[in-house]
Amino acid sequence: MRAEARVVAEADGRGGTRLAVLRGESPLLLRQTGPRSGTATVHLVGGAAGPLRGDELRLDITVGPGAALDMLSVAAQLALPGRAAPASRMTVTASVADGGVLRWMPEPLIAAAGSDHIVETRVTVEAGGTVLWRDDLVCGRHGEDSGDVHTDVIIGYAGTTVYRHELTAGPRAPGWSGAAVLGEGRAVGTIVVAGPGVSATAGVMGADAAVMPLAGPAYLVTAVGADSRRVKDALDPYCSRALVAA
Amino acid sequence: MSLATLLLLADGRLPSGGHAHSGGLEPQISAGRVRDVTGLEGFLHGKLATSGLVAAAFAAATCADVRRCGELDAGMDARTPSPALRKASRAQGRALLRAGRAMWPVSPHTGREPHQPVALGALAAAAGLQPLEAAVAAAHGVTTGTASAGVRLLGLDPYAVHALLARLAPVCDRIAAQAADRCGDAVDDLPAAGAPLLDIGAEHHATWEVRLFAS
Amino acid sequence: MHPELHEHGPEEVPHTHPDPGVDPHEPLHAGPRALRIGIGGPVGSGKTALVAALCRALGEELRLAVVTNDIYTTEDADFLLRNGVLPAERIRAVETGCCPHTAIRDDISANLDAVEDLEATLGPLDLVLVESGGDNLTATFSKGLIDQQIFVVDVSGGDKVPRKGGPGVTTADLLVINKTDLAPMVGADLAVMDRDAKARRHELPTVFLSLAEDKAATPVADWIRGLIAARTDAAVVS
Repeated sequence: MRAEARVVAEADGRGGTRLAVLRGESPLLLRQTGPRSGTATVHLVGGAAGPLRGDELRLDITVGPGAALDMLSVAAQLALPGRAAPASRMTVTASVADGGVLRWMPEPLIAAAGSDHIVETRVTVEAGGTVLWRDDLVCGRHGEDSGDVHTDVIIGYAGTTVYRHELTAGPRAPGWSGAAVLGEGRAVGTIVVAGPGVSATAGVMGADAAVMPLAGPAYLVTAVGADSRRVKDALDPYCSRALVAA
Repeated sequence: MSLATLLLLADGRLPSGGHAHSGGLEPQISAGRVRDVTGLEGFLHGKLATSGLVAAAFAAATCADVRRCGELDAGMDARTPSPALRKASRAQGRALLRAGRAMWPVSPHTGREPHQPVALGALAAAAGLQPLEAAVAAAHGVTTGTASAGVRLLGLDPYAVHALLARLAPVCDRIAAQAADRCGDAVDDLPAAGAPLLDIGAEHHATWEVRLFAS
Repeated sequence: MHPELHEHGPEEVPHTHPDPGVDPHEPLHAGPRALRIGIGGPVGSGKTALVAALCRALGEELRLAVVTNDIYTTEDADFLLRNGVLPAERIRAVETGCCPHTAIRDDISANLDAVEDLEATLGPLDLVLVESGGDNLTATFSKGLIDQQIFVVDVSGGDKVPRKGGPGVTTADLLVINKTDLAPMVGADLAVMDRDAKARRHELPTVFLSLAEDKAATPVADWIRGLIAARTDAAVVS
C-alpha cells in the first residue's frame, strides 16, 4: 500500500492559523480538531491496520511564517509483519518558516514482533522558526518480542543540522538490548526542541532520562523505560512547556 | 600502507588520554546493567554498532580528506547530543593530536580540540594510512579502551575479556569496512547510529561527585 | 619565512617539516612557562596537606595553581577548596581511570591539558603543583610533565621505607619524610631514615617535616623558592 498525506498551515492574518492544505489517504487520514482559533491542531487517524511490510507512507508538513500547528495522533501506530515483503517505510518531512511553530507529538510507534519498519524524518526549520519534535517507540507489544525497526532523523535549524540520529532495534540489530543502547528497556522516547534562543540546562530526571543541550540552539530530552508509560511520564512535562520565549 | 604504523596508531599505550575514559561503561556498571563479561559483551556489541560505526565513519572520512575536518566536526556535534560526551570526545581529540603531532606532521585543519574520530582520521592521514585503516583503528579503540576499563572497574578476568575482544575483532573489521565504504558521503548521509543509554548514562556520570573515569 | 613558524594554507597537503623536533602548530609561549613541580607518594603520606601548606606559604608571593590527580576525581581539589588555600579557578582535577601512575608517567596528556588550561585562563604563572593520586613507591612523574618532583613518605609507614628505595625514594629531586611528630609513637628512628635516605639518594636532598608543627612546610617552601630564584637568575643571564 502506498499513501501520501499533506498539511500546509498558514497564518490567517488575524493571529490564528488556517490549513491551506489538509489532504490524506488511508491509512494516513488527517482531521482538523480543536478550536478554529490560535494554534491549529491536526490528528492523524488510522484508516487501516499497519503499516504492514511493503507499505510506503509519506507525510509532508509545511508551517508558514507566523503559523502554529500541533500534530497529534488518535492512537499508537502499530507496525505489523503482514506478508513477506521489504520493510514498510514511513517518511515524514516538515518545514517550518521564520515565526512558525510546529509541535509533532504523536502517540508511540509500536514495532510488533515480526514487523520490519523504517521511519525517515527530515525536519527543516528556518532561522526564527520553532519546532518541538517528539518520537516515542515501543519495541514489541506487551510480552512480545520486538520487530525490526529503524528510525533515521535529521533536524536542521537555520541551515545547520543540529540533531542527526538513527536508532535500530529488534532481532537484526546487534547489541540493541545491551547496556549501551536500550538495555532491558522496551520503550524509548525523544523530544527535540529547536528555535531562536532555545536553550536548556543539562540534567537528569530519574535513572533513565536526561535533558541534553545540543551544540546548536536546541535541546534533546531522552527517556528509556520498561514500557511506554515510564517514557510518557518522563517526557510529557516537556511537551506542555512554553516553546517560544515571551 | 604500513601495518606497523597502523599498530602504533591503534596501540592502547599511545599517550592520548584514553586510559582515563571508560567509553560510557562506568555509569552502566553503576546502574547495574553490566556486572560480568556477558554484560560487557552486550554493551560492546551495541557500542560498536552505534558510536563505533559513527567513529569509524568519521575517522575514515577525515582520513580521506582532511580539508573536511570542520564540517565533519560539526557532524559529530549533531550526532553527539550529550554535552558530557561532546566534552569527553573533544578532550580525547585534543590529547590524541598532542601525541600525533609529536609523531607525524598532522594537518592544521583539525583545530585545537576536534572530536576524537576527526583527530584520529587526521592522524591516520598524516601517518600515510588509508581511510579503511583509520576506521579499523577507530572501531578497535572503541572496544579495547572500554574493555580495559571493565577489567579495572569490575575486576574481570583479563583472559576472558581478551577472548571477548577476539570474538569482536571480525565485527570491528566489518564495521570498519562499512564505514570506509561511505567515507566520501555528504556529512548528513554518514552513519548516525545513536545509543540512548550511552547518552543518558554520560549525563548521569557528569553529575557524580566521585568517579574514577572522565567519561 | 622561518621554516618552523610558517602558517598553513587551507589547500596544503600533509607535509613533513624540516625540523621534526619543533612543532609548528603549537602556540608559542609569550614568556617562560611556570615551574612545574610534581608531588607524589603513597596514600596517606600527606601529599594534599603538603600542597595546602605550600599554597598558604607561597600563594602570596608566587602566581600559583594546582592540578590534582586523586583516584576519586575531585576529593583533593575539594580539600583545597574547603581549606580555602586557593580559589577554585586555580585548581584543576584530572580523572585517572583507576591508574594514578599512568596519568603522571605513561600518558600525561590530561595533566598537560590541565596545566595549559590553567595558564590559558589565569595568564602567566610562576608555579604549578601537580599532585599525584596516592600510589606506591614506584610511581614517579614523567619529565614531559614536570620539571622537578617531590616524593612524600611518612614515618608511620615504618623507618624501613627509605632503605626499601624504589624510584620515588631514590630519584625524586626532594624526598620529604613527613609526620616526624609521630615517630616516637610508631617507633620510627629518624636517624636511621636519614642515614638510609642519604645512602639511597647520594647528593639529592631529603627533608624532615611535621606539618602538624610546621604549617608552612618551611623546608619544602624554601627549596621551591630556591628553584624559582635559580630560574629567574638563568632567565636574566640568557
